Amino acid sequence: MPSPVRPLSPHLQIYRWQLTSVLSILHRITGVALAVGTLLLVYWLVATAAGPTAFATAQEFIGSILGRLLLFGWTVALFYHLANGIRHLLWDAGHGFELRTAYASGWAVVIAALALSLIAWIAGYASRGGGM
Amino acid sequence: MSEAGRVFRTELGRVRGLGSAKEGVHHWWMQRVSAVALVPLALWFAIALVAHTGADYATTRAWLGSPVTFGMMVLLIGATFYHAQLGLQVVIEDYVHHEGGKIALVLLTKLASLVLALAAIIALLVIAFGR
Repeated sequence: MPSPVRPLSPHLQIYRWQLTSVLSILHRITGVALAVGTLLLVYWLVATAAGPTAFATAQEFIGSILGRLLLFGWTVALFYHLANGIRHLLWDAGHGFELRTAYASGWAVVIAALALSLIAWIAGYASRGGGM
Repeated sequence: MSEAGRVFRTELGRVRGLGSAKEGVHHWWMQRVSAVALVPLALWFAIALVAHTGADYATTRAWLGSPVTFGMMVLLIGATFYHAQLGLQVVIEDYVHHEGGKIALVLLTKLASLVLALAAIIALLVIAFGR
């Protein structure tokens, strides 16, 4: 039998993380998070269909600190998964496999996800008249 | 056929290209097709949500019930849950190694996706055509 104390590969304590692999697992994590997040979307649609009282309850939850945190996380996850998904589609089409290109497109995805999230939230606050 | 490269697959099997799972690249391809559909749909949804931030009940219902929004929302819901259950299936198949548990979990995510999509579309129908 092999020894059970052999080091794991990758050896996590001395492992040097790379942008490419971190973005790869983030694509999965944000995908799963967005799938869970659809619960909130469906709840909001059902509440809107149910009537003004249910709608007010849903809006109150979404407007709470927890609701806004969830919504902000959902925004970042959506824009990240969207941008990185386009990166994956370009790979599927045979483009961008050079190491330099893969790193450059990776950073572009990170910047795009954060920038689009910030723009969406600034525009969201502006469209409600800066209140709340 | 050359003598060196022994091919165990029949010519018909090669032409069909379905492999051992008997479905070929269907799963992989449909995940890409739904991804391409979701690029404009998700962008539209994000922009539309931002534009309706803080809208009251009547405004929200009128917006969701208008023909274009209704159509876009049904497309978004369909593509989202189709894409989600394909993606969740891959994640489950990669990390759950107990065969029975894997099959049960994959079926459960497919059922949940179907129920949620149906709930969303019924809600949209009520908003558009209900009281």
